[in-house]
Amino acid sequence: MVAKFDLNDDSVVVIIGTGAGGGVLANELAQKGVKVVALEAGGRYLPDDYINDEWESFGQLAWLDARTTSGDWRVAKDFAGLPAWIVKAVGGTTTHWAGASIRFQEHEWKALTTYGAVEGANLLDWPIDAAEMAPWYALAETKLGVTLTEGRAGLPGSNNYKVFEAGAKKLGYKEVHTGRMAINSSEYDERPACQQTGFCFQGCKWGAKWSAAYTDIPRGEATGNLEVREHAHVARILHDDSGKVTGVEYFDKDGNLHLQKARIVSVAGNSFESPRLLLNSASAMFPNGLANSSDQVGRNYMRHTTGSIYGIFDKPVRMWRGTTMAGIIQDEARHDPSRGFVGGYELETLSLGLPFMAAFLNPGGWGRGFTTALDHYENMAGMWIVGEDMPQATNRVTLSDTKDQWGLPVANVHFDDHPNDVAMRNHAYKQGMAIYDAVGATRSFPTPPYPSTHNLGTNRMSERPEDGVCNKWGQTHDIANLFISDGSQFTTGASENPTLTIVALAIRQADHIAREMAAGNL
Amino acid sequence: MSKLERKGLTRRALLGRAVAVGALAIAGTGFIAAPNAAWAMEVSVITPEQMATLMQMARDIYPHDQVADRFYAVAVKVYDDAAAKDLVDAGIAALNAAAQAQGHADYLSIGWEEDRVKVLQAVEGEVFFQTVRAGLVTGLYNQKDVWPIFGYEGESFSQGGYIDRGFDDIDWL
Ligand SMILES: Cc1cc2nc3c(=O)[nH]c(=O)nc-3n(C[C@H](O)[C@H](O)[C@H](O)COP(=O)(O)OP(=O)(O)OC[C@H]3O[C@@H](n4cnc5c(N)ncnc54)[C@H](O)[C@@H]3O)c2cc1C
Ligand code: SF4
Repeated sequence: MVAKFDLNDDSVVVIIGTGAGGGVLANELAQKGVKVVALEAGGRYLPDDYINDEWESFGQLAWLDARTTSGDWRVAKDFAGLPAWIVKAVGGTTTHWAGASIRFQEHEWKALTTYGAVEGANLLDWPIDAAEMAPWYALAETKLGVTLTEGRAGLPGSNNYKVFEAGAKKLGYKEVHTGRMAINSSEYDERPACQQTGFCFQGCKWGAKWSAAYTDIPRGEATGNLEVREHAHVARILHDDSGKVTGVEYFDKDGNLHLQKARIVSVAGNSFESPRLLLNSASAMFPNGLANSSDQVGRNYMRHTTGSIYGIFDKPVRMWRGTTMAGIIQDEARHDPSRGFVGGYELETLSLGLPFMAAFLNPGGWGRGFTTALDHYENMAGMWIVGEDMPQATNRVTLSDTKDQWGLPVANVHFDDHPNDVAMRNHAYKQGMAIYDAVGATRSFPTPPYPSTHNLGTNRMSERPEDGVCNKWGQTHDIANLFISDGSQFTTGASENPTLTIVALAIRQADHIAREMAAGNL
Repeated sequence: MSKLERKGLTRRALLGRAVAVGALAIAGTGFIAAPNAAWAMEVSVITPEQMATLMQMARDIYPHDQVADRFYAVAVKVYDDAAAKDLVDAGIAALNAAAQAQGHADYLSIGWEEDRVKVLQAVEGEVFFQTVRAGLVTGLYNQKDVWPIFGYEGESFSQGGYIDRGFDDIDWL
């Protein structure tokens, strides 16, 4: 049943990348009878293949092709060649993700209007709002089987959660629960309930956590309308004299270059690769790259204001047992400038295994200050911060002088913290430590952000073409048959983990594309 | 680990000729061993003294008193390699020079960790130090046999996860 399309078939929709955005779009279009070729740079791995070992799994799934960094963020110093922790595989980063699935708050769709102009920030309102997104969010929650939505039970609280919850309650926090998670609390959609194995970041071997790799992708393939080509690295998007895109060039795993023709092209390579591809596709007609008349391609890179807090207790916690991130405090997610910053943040439980703990506790750190913390690994509880960061025009992806294995300029990722980001992070550090102190931590400490897992905003949506790269459908302002379908569409980042929103936007975009194709407009 | 563990006869034989250096025994040419005979290691490219220095460095960078020497030995064994020889030669020479500048004979002969840490601080910006430190992050903490010392249980899929094995067994809150 799996489709096979000809390279010269110019009736297909070509989707670049098969993660949260691309993988869902591919299936949704295939379900509607649209023919799709999805090109994925990585290989295909399923639950049996996942490795419950942090570094081995990282070696198996992570995007390790070259990237470069600049800016004052600590990641540029600690992990100069690894600005992001994302996946190169069929299913994209939905293999690694932890499953936290929460909707934007209503005001977050209108950041500029709500917060007002913030100096140094390039804030903008999304061209869509909460009411428009509500039905698409509902479809996304059903698809992902999100707990604590639509009557689905919450996950049971792990040890790490219980410590977090007890501290939160002592501080008077009210919105504290085990999270709205794309992890089954009981059997759902032919996938089992979570077995609390504790390796959500390494790919769920039970399939209890939703991932496009073993849900949307095979279902799309089963329709006979979707062909996924793995180890297919797209190098360039091509266009004709009228300025419409006509296909893409990609390298197969042996390094042979192919040209796949297309009726429509969707870019969904995550927020570094998507703008890089548009920039690498520059031509005589589009010397600054495709869809870049606004000069916004690659700009306004956001990564959420993050950081982690760990507490050490005089008794065991064993945070590694059970789900990695099933626990949330939402009280600080509100917009309340009296705290000294605009926007808000979520606090979510987090646990790392000993190997990653050693790598991320205080990168570059050494000596007894470092090791005495690790000595109490068994008695540690952890949480991390997900806060809205400010889009800045100068935080951007550009083409680097470094070339990848295909000879293509790689992405350079420049990021400087905005003062609002710093103020928010410091507030969150203080609250996080207070939570642990309230339940008797003998030591608590903040740790810096690790390579970015949430990468957003480098091809942002805007009402006016001069403010961004794509319109409210993810369709680029400049080129009608070129779409942006991943997290790079984000106008602003809000304080929520992004994937539910990426998925909701992809479902909505599929509906739009299929309708416009049927109407003969695309 | 198996390569290092309990070399039996060889170990016994070489320990007879051992000269204690720091907490380690350098046994003739090409061998380094623990004084209590818990383990021994053969070096082929760098000298036993250099290996002993690397091990002491490793202990001082990531000191865990409950973690035995043999784990640190595994972590720095990679430097016994032709490709690393220049780095090790120059790095240890600089380390010893820094020790001398602080009034010691050399790094290994310094008795107190506090004093060795001061010497390490003098070279912490150097490539050699940074290479050794960064290498230890995985070289030491990614050894599966080290994990139980910290209580970490590793993979649990093969045992059906923690759903019935204490994911929520906290009893002191
Ligand atoms: C450890 C971890 C935990 C996370 N936890 C959560 C969470 O709890 N909740 C949440 O909401 N989010 C979470 N995230 C983030 C989430 O995974 C991402 O936001 C989401 O997957 C991004 O979707 P995307 O479609 O933009 O890109 P991705 O899912 O990264 O997919 C992009 C795909 O495109 C491919 N690609 C790139 N360039 C090319 C090219 N040139 N040619 C062909 N293919 C290409 C890549 O190989 C990749 O497979 C987590 C991420 C990580 C790493
Ligand atoms: S804890 Fe649950 S969701 Fe996470 S990997 Fe294990 S079974 Fe899957």
